Amino acid sequence: MEAFFIDFLQAAAAGLMVGGTYGLMCVGLGIIFGVMRVVNFAHGDFMMLGMYVAFYLVGMLGLGKVFGPSAAPIIAALAAGPVVFLFGILLHRYLIARVTGAKVASADAEGHYTQIILTLGVSLILQNGGLILFGSLPISIQTPLSRESWELGPVFVNQARTVSFVIAVVLALVLYFFLARSRLGKALRAAADNPVAASYVGVDVDRAHRLAFGLGVGITAIGGGLIASTQTFQPYIGFDFVIVMFAGVVLGGLGSILGAFWGGLTIGMVQQMSTLILPHQLQNTAIFVVFLLIIFFWPRGMFGRTWERT
Amino acid sequence: MSAPSGPGRAPVASGSDRAPETNNSRRQLIAIGVFALVFLAVGMVVTNSYYQLMMTLVLIWATMGLSWNVLSGYSGLVSFGQAAFFGLGGYTMTIAFVKFGITPWLGIPLGVVVGVVAGVLIGLPTFRLRGHYFGLSMLAYPLAMLYVFEWLGYQEVSLPMKRENPIAFAQFADQRMYILLAMAFLIVAMLICLKVEGSRFGRSLLAIKQNEPAAEAAGINTLRQKMVAIMLSAGIAAAAGGLYANVLLVVTPQTMFGMLISAQALIMSLFGGVGTLWGPVIGAAILVPLAEILHGELGSVLPGIQGVVYGLAIIIIILVAPEGIYWRVRDHFAAKRAAANPEPPEQKVAAKVEARPAEPADRRALESAKPILTLEGVTLAFGGLKALDGVNLSIKQGAIHGIIGPNGAGKTTLFNVINGFIPPATGRIEFEGKSLLGLKPHQVCWRGVGRTFQVVRAFPRMTVLENVITGAFAGSPTDAGARDLAHEALERVGLAGRQAQAIAGGLTTKQLRLLELARALASRPRILLLDETFAGLAHDAIDDLMPIIRQVNREGVTIVIIEHTMQAMVKLADEFSVLNHGKVLASGVPSEVVRDRAVIEAYLGKKWIDRAENPVA
Repeated sequence: MEAFFIDFLQAAAAGLMVGGTYGLMCVGLGIIFGVMRVVNFAHGDFMMLGMYVAFYLVGMLGLGKVFGPSAAPIIAALAAGPVVFLFGILLHRYLIARVTGAKVASADAEGHYTQIILTLGVSLILQNGGLILFGSLPISIQTPLSRESWELGPVFVNQARTVSFVIAVVLALVLYFFLARSRLGKALRAAADNPVAASYVGVDVDRAHRLAFGLGVGITAIGGGLIASTQTFQPYIGFDFVIVMFAGVVLGGLGSILGAFWGGLTIGMVQQMSTLILPHQLQNTAIFVVFLLIIFFWPRGMFGRTWERT
Repeated sequence: MSAPSGPGRAPVASGSDRAPETNNSRRQLIAIGVFALVFLAVGMVVTNSYYQLMMTLVLIWATMGLSWNVLSGYSGLVSFGQAAFFGLGGYTMTIAFVKFGITPWLGIPLGVVVGVVAGVLIGLPTFRLRGHYFGLSMLAYPLAMLYVFEWLGYQEVSLPMKRENPIAFAQFADQRMYILLAMAFLIVAMLICLKVEGSRFGRSLLAIKQNEPAAEAAGINTLRQKMVAIMLSAGIAAAAGGLYANVLLVVTPQTMFGMLISAQALIMSLFGGVGTLWGPVIGAAILVPLAEILHGELGSVLPGIQGVVYGLAIIIIILVAPEGIYWRVRDHFAAKRAAANPEPPEQKVAAKVEARPAEPADRRALESAKPILTLEGVTLAFGGLKALDGVNLSIKQGAIHGIIGPNGAGKTTLFNVINGFIPPATGRIEFEGKSLLGLKPHQVCWRGVGRTFQVVRAFPRMTVLENVITGAFAGSPTDAGARDLAHEALERVGLAGRQAQAIAGGLTTKQLRLLELARALASRPRILLLDETFAGLAHDAIDDLMPIIRQVNREGVTIVIIEHTMQAMVKLADEFSVLNHGKVLASGVPSEVVRDRAVIEAYLGKKWIDRAENPVA
């Protein structure tokens, strides 16, 4: 019993640490959905890009030599954000904006499927393009932190995961206050609430969408960069994570930034705690089951309304 | 899809409506036959086994695309999880073969059964979800199964070679046999789609796709239709999966349940054309060889080239021709034909009903009429807001009963509660002496309650006639009967003749209101709930519409009408109810209600007293 209790605490601690990073990634997906009302299928693949960008920054650009082996992966993860942000901005500008934005904002769900399917195409290209560019060999970012742990009583917490957790929480808070307080944040929220009205009062809705998309994928890329030092990855890793992120965002309530963070955190806990009772391979199945249960049993809170207006 | 497609979505409707279905399906049958013969003729002369395999794969992926099409193409519920059924079909066949020595001839049908059962189990909970939630949860099923099959230890299962009796185990030395087999599967799937397209079931699915609440209110049991669709779809996908495993002789979780499988099913259909049986065939015929050849030529240098091809294909098609190649080509020719023979100018068909003179006798008869619809203490709250607060209402048989009240008074909510969109928290609703509580909208419609919507909910890509036929399904068990009812309803509202062939998406507001009225009438209702039928209409249009409503009423249909324009209301209604903050303030004949102090002060203004005392009509 004692041993199980310690295992339980251990899994909960691991879940919390992993969940923080998931939370940050969910915030990225949540911003995109909240502002654009677009489910971004390719979101996991932007996370994958973040991982590879961080990996190459550490290795090829020699960040490791400049900042030392412990700090370099963290700096690289943070630097992956702006890189993927720019990529996201360009992708939105030249591709995604063609089927989203002010002109289709008033369209019903029908129009949204076009957008989902477009991001599915982007996802296929990123995954398989990643396979061509990066190869299929699983890699990870080496850091001494991932082999060290801090002891909190009977519980060990991995140092790399803990540092990631702290960074993720800080970033999520910064982003939250940015969206709540800043002028740009207000424009983003206006564009989210009512794109047509926002455009009448001078908000450039297309620009707001572009920024939201860039911000969303950039944030998630940082999350990806952070977990790249605690697990191996290959170009197809995005799909394992996209369901994790969908689940987190839905759990928190589509459109809510803070909710997305809590949702991601919860999913991280579920994933780690499921190993207490389920075989390791079924971790992700547990997440899917939780995900399905959430959407079946909490429909009203999340749907907002169950029937369209007549 | 921004431009979901389906029969009748082309901008120009063709020809007369008399029995076009039988003609059309004969043409389609011939087309399927010609396609099969040409494909098989090519397949039989090809000797390179690589090309033979490619041709087999084209057929299997076309079948898989059709399975997606049956569910998502017609009903508009986009499934990202077709791999769930494909994988179950493939794994059932494989496990039956490897573990129990069951031949694929039985294993594939067994897989179909498993697939259909999975369709039921997945459909029942998932169809409660809408929009994004439906798409996302469909995505989760195959991925969850993928991990389960990995965990069960089925990472890679090969079919044993049966050298002593290969044909009994569907193993052929001659690759061309697989082309024949796959063609048989595809033809069955195409015939199913053809049957669906021409049927009442297919039309119901299209109605669901274009406007689900309207479909439900028009008497379509949307859940049942969707369940049938997912069962058909799952069965076809499972058959394709079983055959795929049989041809490749090996299954892995990734090749059976992987995301690329679901994506390919969707991409074949979208690329070729959504909502038509030719779409997936065209898509597969172009994309499968393209991806396979590129993979063969460049696969060693560019390992993910297949996925990139599919990704690019889907992006290009969404940007250039979101409705798919088939419809793009068809629209192109339809436009040419239309340019060649321009339509004659639309002739105005005036309603052949004259205004009803004031008939005091009628009014007196009404006073003694018994109520057809009664509401007692109906209450409904949205959070803290009481949308309906103890509503008592009695609608007399044969009356035109007006419901007025300011915005947000709960008028539309009242209709939604009556026709079953929203269950009330408390209270009783009785129609012809029987409770309507707990019934779904389509059941309420079948009981004889028709309705129209404040925001017109036509099926925009159907013709006027098809719209009305959809409503007539609730009025007649046979397709011919439904067609007759629809024609009759169109006569009654003055939309018969050429206008009946117009596409609903291009109608004026007035025509749309008439269309909704006809669609509701076609179900042969005994009571009609009209939600702001005059909204957005000019005075002369209102004057055209009013005699039609009166005529319908005189033919025995009780009418409840929500209206803002008092002038029209005073002219039209026999009785009034005034609703405010979810409560009925006053009810009775117009002259009395309009004199009610509270009502006047709150909403109407003093001048209405004069109007009511000296009615213009």
